[in-house]
Amino acid sequence: MHGKGVHHAVLYRLLGAYAVIVVDSIHKSFGKVRAVRGVSFEAPDGKITGLLGPNGAGKSTTLRVLYTVLRPDEGRATIDGQDVVKDSLEARRCIGALPHGAGLYPHLTARENIAYYARLCGLDNGAIDDRVEHLVRLLEIDDFADRRTKGFSQGQRTKVSIARSLVHNPKNVILDEPSNGLDVMATRSLRDLIMKLKEAGHCVLFSSHVMQEVAALCDDIVIIANGKVAIDDSADGIRERTGCDDLEDAFVRAIEMVEPA
Amino acid sequence: MRTLLTVFAKEVVDNFRDRRTLATALLMGPLFGPMLFAFVINLSIERSLDDVDRTLELPVIGQQHAPNLMAYLNSHNIDVVDGPDTREAAVQAVTGGQNDVIVIVPEAFGEQLAENVPAKVELISDQANTQAERDARRVRTALHSYSQEIAGIRLVARGVSPTILRPINVDEIDVSTPSGRSAMLLGMMSYFFIFALLMGGMYLAIDTTAGERERGSLEPLLSLPVTRDQLMFGKIAATCLFMAVSLLLSLCSFYVALKFMPLEQLGMTPNFSPTVVVAAFFVLAPFVLLGAALMTLVASFTKSYKEAQTWISIVLVAPTLPILIVSILTLRPQLEFMFIPSLSQHLLLVDMIKNEPVNLLHVAISASSTLAIGALLTWICARLYRREGLLG
Repeated sequence: MHGKGVHHAVLYRLLGAYAVIVVDSIHKSFGKVRAVRGVSFEAPDGKITGLLGPNGAGKSTTLRVLYTVLRPDEGRATIDGQDVVKDSLEARRCIGALPHGAGLYPHLTARENIAYYARLCGLDNGAIDDRVEHLVRLLEIDDFADRRTKGFSQGQRTKVSIARSLVHNPKNVILDEPSNGLDVMATRSLRDLIMKLKEAGHCVLFSSHVMQEVAALCDDIVIIANGKVAIDDSADGIRERTGCDDLEDAFVRAIEMVEPA
Repeated sequence: MRTLLTVFAKEVVDNFRDRRTLATALLMGPLFGPMLFAFVINLSIERSLDDVDRTLELPVIGQQHAPNLMAYLNSHNIDVVDGPDTREAAVQAVTGGQNDVIVIVPEAFGEQLAENVPAKVELISDQANTQAERDARRVRTALHSYSQEIAGIRLVARGVSPTILRPINVDEIDVSTPSGRSAMLLGMMSYFFIFALLMGGMYLAIDTTAGERERGSLEPLLSLPVTRDQLMFGKIAATCLFMAVSLLLSLCSFYVALKFMPLEQLGMTPNFSPTVVVAAFFVLAPFVLLGAALMTLVASFTKSYKEAQTWISIVLVAPTLPILIVSILTLRPQLEFMFIPSLSQHLLLVDMIKNEPVNLLHVAISASSTLAIGALLTWICARLYRREGLLG
């Protein structure tokens, strides 16, 4: 009727309550460095949640626990009800992740890079081509889809990496600093993409250290500093609670509220 | 299984497009061995042919005192030429390296010979110089046999049989076959094969952990809904394929190279027929898994591509150790050796090249122990692929 997007959105509404990311007071240390000290939040379905914080706040560590490459020392996290430690394989089925600084295989074309992940995710040979084609169009990478990724610009690389992480049509999308190193145009198209994902009913969780970017996109903002959650609210809610009209001031105020590690 | 095959196929395509991997796997390993080998063989052939056929120019002072001796030397492929004028000049010439060996026949030579007193001949050479010493040895041998000949004539003149001078007759029986002689030199071939085999998989092994990590493609890969064991096994399988291809190519290139080496002139006829090429491939094949797993394991502990390369170059040398130890101690092949990877392959290969019957029990032990160690290392690799430290 209105294309795939709407169809998926309806489907996800029906799946309902479970399509969420729940983080329950997770802790993670690397040696003596306590990177995350009890972070809790929820990222609901069909919404965009922004993880905001200065460099070294624990954003990446939190996200890495969610896409199961790190195990939390304490606490638990679930994705659509699947525990990231106990049912890590099932949890991974429900997420598409773009790790920080994700790299591509330089000797494969953009299309081959995406198809490789599709095959790894167990898509049928027939379905792979359709899926790759769909993602190529969704992310507008037609122009360079058949070129080897060696020498791609940061923007091109990010697009292909995101396409790659969406091959298995995950309900939840986790993006770690996706706008890093992107120019104005690339940032814009990334923003459009995130909106598209939201409209398609995905739960989008992404991290950033740029307040304006998060404010422009997110329904919910989780500000992290020193491995703890400072504030978890909407942009307006954050303004109200910090008493700052300017978002940047609010961000700084919120960070100051957390005691150092 | 599907995941494993997918990873395998992708790694093969990816690496076939990588010129560096392709060059090391399919060119360097297979070419390096035969080329170095051909160089060494040709050098030693040149040297040894030199010795027998070359006419030696021998400066002699006082030729006029011993015309018969001069004729004898000339008939033994030693060209007598005029030497320096004085004894001092002769010593100078040998010390300075202008001449390797100079003979001085004193004036009294003929007289002493006639009177049956030992006739003095001086031979000036530098015994510390091995190269020069080979010429000196030829002259010494010629002089000695001339002396023997005269002794024989003297005895005959007195009605005594010359055999009295030979109370013992040493009859040397050399049981080494031409193939056997080849084995000594060709023994080092087995290392070339192992080297080529390891080179073939080096870059893939590094890529599995350090390479993927450095490129930033490891985390996205690990966040996919696949088990890490499958990823690891697929990667090791691809590494094995490149190693096997590299091994096969290096066996074939040796087969071709040996055709152009005049080994018969060295008294060697290595048994390196197409059958042996095929048999050698299967004897060495179990080492492929072990090598792949070992290199992957080593690389997984390193922080970067560069560091991995450094450590793996040590792995490239490691298989020589057991071979070296056994050949230094000149140990005979025993059953126990067949449990040691690289050594067992080496010994079996040497047997085949020597054209000796190959003990099938040995082959079985070699293959199964090498495969078992390879499987164990692969399992350890898979375990390590699960740990967090992998992400660096």
